[in-house]
Order: sequence, then C-alpha cells, then structure tokens
Amino acid sequence: MKKLIVNRYRCGYCGACVAVCKFNANELVETYLEIYEDKCTLCQACVRTCPMNALEVVE
Amino acid sequence: MTDYDVVVVGAGPAGSIAAKTAAEKGLDVLLIEKRQEIGVPVRCAEGVSREGLEKFVNPDSKWIASEIENAEIISPSNHKVVLSAENAGNEVGYVLERKIFDRYLARLASKAGADVLTKTSAVSFKRENGTVKLGIRSMGEFSEITAKIVIGADGVESRVAKWAGIDTTLKLNEIESCVQYLMTNIEFDDDTTYFWVGRKYAPGGYIWLFPKGKDAANVGIGVMPSLAEKSAKWYLDRFVEEHFPEGEIVEVVVGGVPVKGAIDTAVADNVMLAGDAARHTDPITGGGIINAMSAGHHAAIAAYEAIKAKDYSKETLKRYDEKWKSDFGESLVRNKKLQEKMMRLDDPTLDRLAKSLEGMPIEEMSVRRLAFELFKKHPRLLWDLREFIV
Ligand SMILES: Cc1cc2nc3c(=O)[nH]c(=O)nc-3n(C[C@H](O)[C@H](O)[C@H](O)COP(=O)(O)OP(=O)(O)OC[C@H]3O[C@@H](n4cnc5c(N)ncnc54)[C@H](O)[C@@H]3O)c2cc1C
Ligand code: SF4
Ligand code: SF4
Repeated sequence: MKKLIVNRYRCGYCGACVAVCKFNANELVETYLEIYEDKCTLCQACVRTCPMNALEVVE
Repeated sequence: MTDYDVVVVGAGPAGSIAAKTAAEKGLDVLLIEKRQEIGVPVRCAEGVSREGLEKFVNPDSKWIASEIENAEIISPSNHKVVLSAENAGNEVGYVLERKIFDRYLARLASKAGADVLTKTSAVSFKRENGTVKLGIRSMGEFSEITAKIVIGADGVESRVAKWAGIDTTLKLNEIESCVQYLMTNIEFDDDTTYFWVGRKYAPGGYIWLFPKGKDAANVGIGVMPSLAEKSAKWYLDRFVEEHFPEGEIVEVVVGGVPVKGAIDTAVADNVMLAGDAARHTDPITGGGIINAMSAGHHAAIAAYEAIKAKDYSKETLKRYDEKWKSDFGESLVRNKKLQEKMMRLDDPTLDRLAKSLEGMPIEEMSVRRLAFELFKKHPRLLWDLREFIV
C-alpha cells in the first residue's frame, strides 16, 4: 500500500506542509511531524511544498 | 467562571504583542507556546523596517544584529538597482536577532501581567455556553482551560484557524517554500541587503542576503511550489555553490511563508487570528513581523472591548477585521495583485528593466518608481495595475 513518509533526518520542522494540507492529515508537534495515515489522501501538496524534500510517497 | 479572559496560542511576535496589550488593558491573559524555548528554531530572515518596529518597541542592541542603509536588487544577468532603506519597504532597516527578540517580547507580555507557559500546546477546542474549552498539553500533562476569547497566533501551521472554522489552507501558489543558511566566510557590505530575482534563481520567489553583523549573513530562498520543479533547498544549494563557494554554513532555517493576500475574515465566535495564522504576511516581500505585531495589538484591543461588552460573538469581534484591514489589509490585497503580475515577467524582461534603471541615483529610486518604470515599458502587461501605481 502507498503511504506518505517523512525523512526525519531531513525535516526542518517548519510546518509548511501543515499549512497546505486540506485534510488535516499532518501536525507539527513541537519539532516532530505527525502524519495521520487515516486522513492522508496522498494528494502530495505537502510533498511539493517541503523546502527540504523530506516527504515522499512510497509503496 | 472562566479561567482566563483571553488565551493566546503561540508566542511569536503576534502572540506576545497580543498578550502584552491585553494584559495592559487589565484582562486575565494566558500565553502558551508549544516549543520549549521561545524563538527557536527561528523561521525568519529577520529584516524589519525601522518605522514599523519603532511603533512597538524601542530598538535595543541586544537584539539588533545589523542596521541597513541600502537594498540592492540583482537581475538574472547581473544588472543592479539600488534602493535606500526608507524606500524599499517592509523588510529593510534593521536585521534582528529573533532568538532574542521573540523572548524579549514574551517577557514584555509577562511583565505586563500575562501568564506564560512554554512546552505547552493547544491540542483541542470546543465551544461551550458561549465560552471556549481549550485543551492544552503542558509538559506532557493534558488539561482543559476555559476562556472567553482565544487569539490564534499559532503561525503558518495554525490549528486554531481550523478548529474555529476559518479555512486558511494555502494553495501551492499561496505559499513560499523557504530555506536559509547563516553563512560566514562570504563577502558582502554589512549595511546592504541583497535580493536576486528571476526564475533562474528562484521560481516564484527570490534569493536574499541579509547581513548579521560584519562576519555573517542570512542567505536564503523562497520558491513557489506551483512553479518550482525542485525543492527550495536544491535551488539555494545551487546558488551558494556558484556565488559563495568558500562560504561556511553555520545554521539552517526552514519555513513556509503565506503569500495568500488578505483573507475575508480572521474572526469566528470567540476566536481571532493574528499574524501568519491569519496569513498577514506581505505577498511580495514575505515580510510578516510588523504586520503580526500590529494584528496582535488590534486583536487584543478588540478582545478588551468584547469582554467589556460581555459579547464574544463573531459579530462583535468583527471590529478586529475592520482594524487590521484598514491598517494593512489593503496593502495585502494590492501586493497580492502586483505579485501575481510580477510572477509573469520572464527573465529577459527583468533584465531589460534592471538595465534601464541601473546607476539611477538612490534618492530617486523607490518601489513605486520601479513599478512606474515597469508600467511605462510594459503598458499592456501592467495596464490593469494603473490604479495602484499612478
Ligand atoms: C525563511 C523565512 C524568512 C522570513 N523573513 C522575514 C523577514 O525578513 N522579515 C519579516 O518581517 N518576516 C519574515 N518572515 C516571516 C515572519 O517570520 C513571520 O511572518 C512572523 O514570524 C509571524 O509571526 P507570528 O507571531 O504570526 O508567527 P510565528 O512567529 O510563526 O509564531 C507562531 C508560534 O506559535 C507556536 N504554535 C503553533 N501552534 C501552536 C499550538 N497548537 N500551541 C501552542 N503554540 C503553538 C509556534 O511554535 C510559534 O512559536 C520570514 C519567514 C520565513 C519562513
Ligand atoms: S515541510 Fe518538510 S521540513 Fe517542513 S515540517 Fe514538513 S516535512 Fe518537515
Ligand atoms: S499528501 Fe496531501 S493529504 Fe497527505 S499529508 Fe500531504 S497534503 Fe495532506
């Protein structure tokens, strides 16, 4: 199954991905990005926005 | 009984000024910040206008890293246009040390009488009997507090907006995706800010260099995800390799800047949004500190009036919408339109324009003049902007 993953070694915990998610499928908990798989539609808006290229949809 | 008159979520410039102002008005105020240290990690290039800053605080050498006289705009083929700080707008004047500045503002809030809690997140929200039950997690412990009014100053990733029913989700052409390096071992004039424009450098955005003292500078980039093919970091790395191959990177900053323009409303029952949460950043420059502080101030005054009238409804809080709109809302609308036009200029056009203005005496250059020259040269392209320019 496809899912969105965050590379924590790249993530700069900036919240840009949260600002573009229409589905409330992610949240920046202090410096930790949570992704809620049940809400994520894999629309990739966050993937395209991430300044660090830290997000990726994988099989 | 409520625990607080006002709970302010987020201790950035918007939240701290809101909490300070509300406390000075005699309200019971709580300011919460999810990070354990206010101000870090920084998400900013730290430039502000002198006039804007001095409306709120007296400049203090503890948190001013540089004073800027000139802004240099560099076109894709290296033509340079120089503006004086007064004429360059929002982001030029001082370069702050926000790690210290943000804490200073939070301390002003606490001095004015606000309670402040760090490592404390707002995690849930419900309205009950005309007030709000706000769930907070403070150092791992969950509790609920009741408040008459919640000011959402929770930045670009605002949750308060969504809870309150104000849709502030940014589209891919309404955000700048940003990375910045604090660099040493590079050459620059320490009283000048530099802006590299054009698709070659930064699709839908620009690259900046803001001095921090004599030896270091913020070198950063914003790109628009709808236009960029690679990540912001990719474009910045390419630039740095070309322009500052000897430079050392001593800090990394990452962020998203809303460039949405004015939203219809920043209020709902019991809730006001201020600063980045309300998308109050300037769509052209990406500057948001001063507008955030202004919005925080207006929101606190509106909260005070609502509490005096014992009415926290959207209708009453709409006074806040009027305030921020008449303060800087119109410039958000105008600059959003200008930004959309500017984005359509291709690199050869930017080069021609910069070339024609190159060497113009600084006193005669301003953003207005720039727009005017653009207008003269490209009447068709900019015809519909005439109302803003002449
Ligand atoms: C790379 C970059 C460069 C920039 N350069 C400039 C510049 O040169 N000049 C300029 O004027 N502006 C600049 N900006 C914009 C500027 O940083 C913002 O506009 C400004 O910080 C907005 O202030 P704020 O108080 O609204 O939000 P923020 O400063 O983002 O503060 C929001 C706070 O809320 C906290 N928070 C979020 N959610 C919660 C929660 N649920 N509970 C508790 N706390 C929460 C966050 O941790 C954060 O501390 C830049 C932005 C970026 C990303
Ligand atoms: S946009 Fe990228 S760097 Fe920023 S919080 Fe999301 S995953 Fe991390
Ligand atoms: S892929 Fe789409 S739905 Fe999933 S977290 Fe990213 S923006 Fe949200």
